Formats: sequence, C-alpha cells, structure tokens
Amino acid sequence: MTYLLLFYEFFKTGLFAVGGGLATLPFIYDMSARYPEWLSIGDISNMIAVSESTPGPMGVNMATYTGYTTGGVFGSLCATIGLVLPSLIVIIIIAGFLQKFQESRPVKHAFYGLRPAVAGLIAAAAFQVFKVAVLTLEKFSQTRSLADLFDLRGLIICAVTLVLLYLKPLKKIHPIVYILCGAVVGIIVY
Amino acid sequence: MIVFADGAGKETAVKELFEMFLTFAKVGVMTFGGGYAMLPMLEREVVGAKKWATSEELLNYFAVGQCTPGIIAVNTATFIGYKNRRIPGAVAATAGVIFPSLIIIMVIAAFLQNFAEIAFVQHAFAGVRAVVTALIIQAVIKFFKSGVKDITGFVIFVLAFILAGIIGISSVYVVIGALIVGLIAGRLGRCKEQ
Repeated sequence: MTYLLLFYEFFKTGLFAVGGGLATLPFIYDMSARYPEWLSIGDISNMIAVSESTPGPMGVNMATYTGYTTGGVFGSLCATIGLVLPSLIVIIIIAGFLQKFQESRPVKHAFYGLRPAVAGLIAAAAFQVFKVAVLTLEKFSQTRSLADLFDLRGLIICAVTLVLLYLKPLKKIHPIVYILCGAVVGIIVY
Repeated sequence: MIVFADGAGKETAVKELFEMFLTFAKVGVMTFGGGYAMLPMLEREVVGAKKWATSEELLNYFAVGQCTPGIIAVNTATFIGYKNRRIPGAVAATAGVIFPSLIIIMVIAAFLQNFAEIAFVQHAFAGVRAVVTALIIQAVIKFFKSGVKDITGFVIFVLAFILAGIIGISSVYVVIGALIVGLIAGRLGRCKEQ
C-alpha cells in the first residue's frame, strides 16, 4: 500500500510541478504535512542539501530519497518512476506533434520567440548560481563595503575556469575535469 | 529515423538504445545542480560527440521542457531519445539520466544520513559550485549566439533575464509570454525565416 501511495503521490508531483526541480518543492512540503511518517520538514531541508551536493536532477534525487527512507529500494523505485512517468508520456506526445508540425509557420514563429527567452532563462540561472557561489550578499548588506561583496575564493575559481574554458589548446578538455578540479581546490581553500 | 526501420538489424537497434542509456547516464552523473547545469554536458556529449541533436534543438527542448510538467532533465532526455529512436529511445534516455541519481541517493540515504554536513563535502561543493557557475556562463554565451538572431530576440533575451533572474517571476510565465511574442512577431513579419 505504501508503495502504491508513494507512486501515486510522486506521479501527481511529476504531473503538476511545472518548471523543473525546485517546482517540486511545494508538493514535497504538502506531502510531509499529509504523511508526517514519510518525512519531516527537517528531512526536507536535509534532502535539499543532499540534492544540491550530489549529481543528477534535483527532483529525481528528492523522490529517490523520500522513497528510500519510506520504503527502501523498492520504495525509491516507485517514487522515482512515479515522478518521471508523466513527463515521459507528455513529452512523447509533444515530440510526436512537433515532428509533424516543426515545419509549420506558427511552430517556427513560436520557437523564434522561445529560443532567446530560454537563453535569457539560462542567464538567469547563471546569475542565481553566481550569487550563491561568488557573492556574499549577507555580509555585504551588513558592512556595505564592496570588498565584502565577493567571496574571493569563489570569484577566482570561477574566473580561472572561465579563462581556461576559452583557451584554444584546452578546448578538448571535458567539463567534468574542471568540476573534479573544482572539488579538489574547494577542499584545499575553503 | 524510425526504430527498427532504418535498415539496421534488431541487434544494432538494441545496441544503440544501450548506447543512449549509457550516454544519458554519463550526463546524469556529471550534472551538478539541476536542469541548467546539464546544458554543458548535453552540449558536449549529445550535440558534440553523438550528434543526436543540434544546439538549436536543445534550446527548443529546454523551452518546451520549461512549460510542461516534470523535471527539465527528464523532459530533455525524453525529447532527444524520442527524436532518434522513438518511444524505446525516450525510455532508454530517461532511464539513463535518472539511473545514477537512483544509485547515489540510495547509497547516501542508506549509509550517510549526514552526508551534506560533512565538512569536506561542503568544501568540495563550494569549489564545484564556482566551476559550475563558469560552465553555465559559457553555456549562456553559446546559447545566446544560437538563440538570439536579431533585435527582437535580444529584447526577449534581456526581458527574460530580468523577469526570471531579478524579479523572480516563474519561468513558466516567461516561456508562455515569449511564445506569444514569437507568434505576434511572426504575424507581423518580423521573424526571419531560417
């Protein structure tokens, strides 16, 4: 019964959470209110921290975590499959539709507006990570001194990576290499 | 390209599906910090190495994934999988992208309840976040080049950034708004045909 419920609850989350991982959060909070034995508010903050410090999409991480703590390995499978299934179905339908109509003018026009918007949204996401990784806004709001606006270590790591990314002879290096170096440097300097 | 119907035998098709699963598992394991952090990896593995989609298609998929239910990573994987190998491809790509998370999170949930509080994990991730910031900035530049073609596009780009990044409006509304603007601009003949 718990497995079915897990599947059902996360299926609902997958169906109604529009806009990516963070959009699942309100649903998870709602779940913890209705099933306190599944997870507490403290578990959720713990889960967010774990999701942010492990690879993979955040929504999947949260579903797996809740599923596991509630129903073990099978529980985490039920929760994760529940979360993913609505996307899979909806996108397959849309992809089929798009393939048929991608040459039609309204679809072309729609994407003409959408592509720059998505580039803007990626820029917005970059700004959000930049704020967390490089800026120390709390300290800045207290002291109002420009020197306290930036976390120097974060700023240097970010700037050096950016320069390396655009160096011609290094173009072949896989981004994961930079991420691993970032982890090592992080352990050393923080 | 339709599965099983492109002259390749059933064996090749299965091999390709497995390849798709593996590639997306690779993308899943290398993505730190959710949907957008996936872009540099998708660029490298799916657009660059495997040529399963173009940069422009990737932007299209992200746009659709943004205003349809579910997780963007899964939506994008499903799209690319379906485009190349129909429904089996969609399932293989999606299973691939969630597989590493399933394993990693199960291990953490089972053995490392206080994983996120371990000091060296926190420090490592402070470093990782700074690198991911640089990677996403690089993705912005790349997608700006392939997505913004004229002044209307530039205005949409700036507006989307301000609305979502500074004012904090949900990206769902930004995407729907941009879609409407695109349709109107198209009607007015402001849209360059590609």
